[in-house]
Amino acid sequence: MKAAAFDFSRASDINELTALKEGEKFVAGNQSLGPMMNLRLVRANRLVDIATLPALRKANEHSNHVEFGAAVTHAEIEDGETPDPANGWMKKAAANIAHRAVRNRGTIGGSLAHADPAADWVIVLTGLDAKVALIGPDGERKVNIEDFITGPYTTVLKENEFIASVEVPKRPTSACWGYWKFMRQVGEFAKASATVLIDQENGFYRCALGALEGPPLVLPRPLDIIEGDLGPKKAVEDALSVRKIASYDMHVAALERALEQAKEGLRL
Amino acid sequence: MTTKVKGPASKKGIGASLSRQEDDRYLNGRGKFVGDIKMQGMLELAFVRSPIAHGNITGVTTPETPKDRVFTAKSLCDVKSIKADSGLPGFRSSLQPILADEKVRHVGEPIVACLAESRARAEDLCELVTVEIDELPAVSDMRKARDKAAPLVHEHWEENVFLESCVETDFEAAKTDAASVVKRTFRTARQCMAPIEGRGVIALWDRHLEMLTIHSATQIPHIIRTGLAGCLGLDHGQVRIIAPDVGGGFGFKSQLLSEEVCAAWIAMHLDRPIRWLEDRREHLSGTANCREHYYEITGYAGTDGELLAVDCEAIVDAGAYSTYPFSACLESAQIASILPGPYRLKGYRCKTWSVSTNKPPLLPYRGVARTGVCFAIELLLDALARDLGITPEEIRRKNLVTPEAMPFVNITNKYFDSGDYPKALSKALEAIDINSIRKEKASQSGDKLTGVGLSIFCEQGAHGTSVYHGWGIPMVPGFEQAGARLTPDGGLELRVGVHSHGQGLETTLAQIAYDEIGVDPKKVKVVHGDTAYTPYSTGTWGSRCIVMAGGAVGAASAALGDRIKHIAAHLLQCGREDITLEDGMAHAGKSSVSIEEVAKTWYLKPQQLPDDVDPRGLEVTEGYKTVQDTGTFSYACHAVKVAVDIKSGNIELLDYVIVEDAGTMINPMIVDGQVVGGTVQGIGTALFEEMPFDYSGQPLASTLADYHLPVAGDIPPVRITHMETPSPLSRFGQKGIGESGAIGPPAAIANAVNDALSPLGVEVSEIPMTPERVLSVIKQSERKQVA
Ligand SMILES: Cc1cc2nc3c(=O)[nH]c(=O)nc-3n(C[C@H](O)[C@H](O)[C@H](O)COP(=O)(O)OP(=O)(O)OC[C@H]3O[C@@H](n4cnc5c(N)ncnc54)[C@H](O)[C@@H]3O)c2cc1C
Repeated sequence: MKAAAFDFSRASDINELTALKEGEKFVAGNQSLGPMMNLRLVRANRLVDIATLPALRKANEHSNHVEFGAAVTHAEIEDGETPDPANGWMKKAAANIAHRAVRNRGTIGGSLAHADPAADWVIVLTGLDAKVALIGPDGERKVNIEDFITGPYTTVLKENEFIASVEVPKRPTSACWGYWKFMRQVGEFAKASATVLIDQENGFYRCALGALEGPPLVLPRPLDIIEGDLGPKKAVEDALSVRKIASYDMHVAALERALEQAKEGLRL
Repeated sequence: MTTKVKGPASKKGIGASLSRQEDDRYLNGRGKFVGDIKMQGMLELAFVRSPIAHGNITGVTTPETPKDRVFTAKSLCDVKSIKADSGLPGFRSSLQPILADEKVRHVGEPIVACLAESRARAEDLCELVTVEIDELPAVSDMRKARDKAAPLVHEHWEENVFLESCVETDFEAAKTDAASVVKRTFRTARQCMAPIEGRGVIALWDRHLEMLTIHSATQIPHIIRTGLAGCLGLDHGQVRIIAPDVGGGFGFKSQLLSEEVCAAWIAMHLDRPIRWLEDRREHLSGTANCREHYYEITGYAGTDGELLAVDCEAIVDAGAYSTYPFSACLESAQIASILPGPYRLKGYRCKTWSVSTNKPPLLPYRGVARTGVCFAIELLLDALARDLGITPEEIRRKNLVTPEAMPFVNITNKYFDSGDYPKALSKALEAIDINSIRKEKASQSGDKLTGVGLSIFCEQGAHGTSVYHGWGIPMVPGFEQAGARLTPDGGLELRVGVHSHGQGLETTLAQIAYDEIGVDPKKVKVVHGDTAYTPYSTGTWGSRCIVMAGGAVGAASAALGDRIKHIAAHLLQCGREDITLEDGMAHAGKSSVSIEEVAKTWYLKPQQLPDDVDPRGLEVTEGYKTVQDTGTFSYACHAVKVAVDIKSGNIELLDYVIVEDAGTMINPMIVDGQVVGGTVQGIGTALFEEMPFDYSGQPLASTLADYHLPVAGDIPPVRITHMETPSPLSRFGQKGIGESGAIGPPAAIANAVNDALSPLGVEVSEIPMTPERVLSVIKQSERKQVA
């Protein structure tokens, strides 16, 4: 269980990233790539480390959103070292990713690029309606998070295109949020997860399911679900019948509990 | 004979919670494991392992270069396969090849060995090897292993069965008056033991002396020496096994490995040190497993809950090969003999099959068969209690062996040496506060259901010759010896053939010697894990060390003490019988001399010794046997409170109580550590750990992301209450306790879950109790309601 030989270099300029040669790969926190290289499931001639590139390390507040550089770590978000777009929800989610050792290195961009269906940022950022900013040889583009992840471990990223940043819309203090993931053990990937966002001020509502065998699922009729006109069981059943997923008991429970959390906030 | 133990006044001897002397070394990073040892010219070994569970090898192609770095079964001439037969009638023999030649019988079986300067380079070399295998249908389900149509794991056998056995005592007569007859099937998952350190070996051949030195992460150095010498055709005198610091064993390191034999053979033929360090992936997917049992069990009880008879058919999935030295019979033979647990029983019948499948071999894991057996009998008792409308504690009280009946010979001829089982039960009920949990249950609402569960069991430890010789396996424990030597500066060296890899023997053995001679434990060096320095021993397993090695150290220390007294008496000009040894001094009335001075006199100033000196000096090897070798019986009652989330299937442990009787505790803190550590492993068995295989024999959990071990956050505070009934069989009244903690949790937790689920009328019957399993059981209740 040792990686095959590879070279390693540290990128010093963002332009290097769009000019990688055959067999070269980005590495950020190495928390997902490292294990796969050790198992020899992934190979590279060279790893180009982007974790210290200043352009990817910034986190800036804009009028309507916060922009997180791709190489911002889970721990930095957890520790409140980055601006907060939404009532501390990201901070809380970050704190529950894996263990601290993993959070010290793992990055928000790496998480999205890796696109593990059970990963936290994958569902949380979907719930928060984020956008992903990509830079490639053909220039820059922005993609809605729902369109970014196309399947388990697959995204719209093209050859030599990388995630530059993630834009998370700001939410008013009156907005409410629920995020529930089912994991038996601390540090385990979720077996089922759901988010609920209630932003009455902007008339924005979202219910999403995660830890499915593919990308997260944004549920239709979120307001009906939130107001109780569409029961969680039925909502999940209808939505998942499209995906042909047989067992969704845990996702129903996840949605119920995320709803409970969000509505708890409403009452306050 | 039970020697009188000094009271709690002795702050360093028996009964003192002395801090573990070895921990300073471990906690400060000075432990020295196989992985820490490097030798000049050493090469690292990696294996090409079978990706297929069952098949005929049709071709092996190895790279032309480098020379002498790639080895196949053909290269390993004159090496014998590993064989571990049982003498029990009908036992079918298997041969475990060092490298597979004609056939592979489980995923992960080594086929080709590759060497390089680093492990990564050795793995590169492995990639250049191609192996062609004609895949055969695999046996992956133990329940189908005996089917007529099942493929044969060992082609010359008539069926995939290592051993079939049947025990029957008064069964038909006893069951006739039963008011309640309850039948259940239970299943325990296949597991991987998970010591923090995997296995590892360094083989070094000295061509001048023609001596093979093996550094191996093993629990049983002396037995490995015998096994290895046999496979390689060497004299025992040519083989020295050193077990350095070892990072946990649990039974996983009580096996002669084909990798070990392979490394040794290559070292001998290449004349370079060879190291193999098992990595977690090899460990999980290829080396050895444990625990997989299946039970069909029927209980017969009277109206008052009296257990009349038990009938059981049990299958053990022993995997592809019988392992050396414990063989493929140990686990199933144990099931038949210990299933009755701590209960009185009028009639009994138990049939067992140890079947062979295309999976890695099965090894005895902490608790051996007891964990599965306790699960089966304790869940059966609860099911009977539910059927009869009585409480779990009522049915247990009715049937537990009572203290008045001790010593008690049970229906399978087990000799329960001492104890008060009903009292352990009462204390556990009180500690968990059963009444308030039941009140709480009566008024509960919502998605979380509370339950409380019990398990009670006894653990035979340090059992010897009479128990093991009947199984006819390659190793039969006899008596135990220890060496004791006073050093010229008044320190003490103890030599034992057992190995300490977490048990704290470097402390407890020193405490025993302290009580006999009074040398401060800090000045005691326990030498273990080296066949060159220590007396022969079958090693560390079966909760035997504190009884056997402890007894031997007691005997050797007493004998050495006598020699010290002899010299001290001369120096103090008094009679030997006037001398007492305490705190580093030999006292006679008001006068005294230090033990250090005694040592100095013997070694450095022999001119001061009298003419009638005892020339055998200040070094002894003494032996020990228990009063009878039927084993000490420690016992425990576990009680646990759980909450079951019926929406997610999650189980939360809210409170965990253990009442435990280890007899005389040599070091209560270490007893607690052993019990808690075992309990954590038992919780792993109950809730998390599972090595699933698909129909073709592929292991489905090859990393720790898929094989879930219990972690700190999963463990509730474990509250232990001790009882201390000395064993009449051991030297100080101590009882083996090393495995106990791992036995009780699956049964207690499952009983608690079933108590929680009782409003739904469903029961769990398989471990681990994953959320998926719990939800599917809850679904049965929904289906029942619809019907
Ligand atoms: C024990 C353990 C437990 C874990 N538990 C969880 C958990 O509970 N929840 C969870 O969400 N995650 C978990 N993770 C994953 C962790 O969060 C990872 O950090 C994360 O998935 C990947 O981030 P990274 O920076 O380490 O990426 P890397 O491992 O460095 O890279 C992953 C992939 O993304 C590519 N990549 C990296 N950055 C970019 C970029 N900017 N643009 C394009 N491609 C890029 C790489 O080339 C590689 O293919 C766990 C990991 C471990 C080791």
